[in-house]
Amino acid sequence: MKIETRTVGDVTILDCSGKITLGEGTMTVRNTVRDILKANGKKIILNLGDVNYIDSSGIGELVSTYTTVTNSGGQLKLLNLTKKIHELLAITKLLTVFQVFENEQAALASFR
Amino acid sequence: MKTIANEIDVIISSALDNLDLIQTLTDCITNFMSFDEDSAHWIGMSVRETVTNAIQHGNKLDLSKKVDICFEVMEDRLSISVRDQGSGFNADEIPNPLDADNLLKPSGRGIFYIRTFMDEVEFRPLSQGGMEVHMVKRVSSN
Repeated sequence: MKIETRTVGDVTILDCSGKITLGEGTMTVRNTVRDILKANGKKIILNLGDVNYIDSSGIGELVSTYTTVTNSGGQLKLLNLTKKIHELLAITKLLTVFQVFENEQAALASFR
Repeated sequence: MKTIANEIDVIISSALDNLDLIQTLTDCITNFMSFDEDSAHWIGMSVRETVTNAIQHGNKLDLSKKVDICFEVMEDRLSISVRDQGSGFNADEIPNPLDADNLLKPSGRGIFYIRTFMDEVEFRPLSQGGMEVHMVKRVSSN
């Protein structure tokens, strides 16, 4: 699993690729978001468009990250869900929790 | 019911590093059986979730304990059994991840996904100790 971080204004975008599964993948997400919060980043977008596999631990990590960011006074939004991730979030009612966007401009605009 | 291949039985030690091996084997079997891409993906995920549970929660990552994964390839279905050497659990007592109180919990969705994506799922305590999860995906339900 790989994450490339970039910023647009005061928003941090994490371009995730590969697998988010138990172990390395989930830890990569956790540590990257923790570092952003430490650096006082409050507006975070997780771009999941190139995530080709996720398991229940990966979904759990998204939930855990959402809770951590929210409890730190920040906002976490999801961008470019794959069909599979969308389905996994939908059947566990997590689409009612996350704000989800299909294009980056709309995701960025939602913070304004 | 006609059998078109023999059983494929794989025994692994309780290391999470083995998950990718089992995933690859499952993908080969579902490809051989010509499941469509979505069904193959969800079968692979269900097997991965079950083996993860067996390694992590059943055998508690004890490398001396084994997980036995048995695939039975039949003309109309794929049947998979995963056995661990843990102390077992009561599947009926697993909290519902859809309950409002559980929605933001970081864990507890694996078995829900398995039950959603497979046609049949049974949890059986083994007489010699341990737990067996038996899952079926029918070819006709593609």
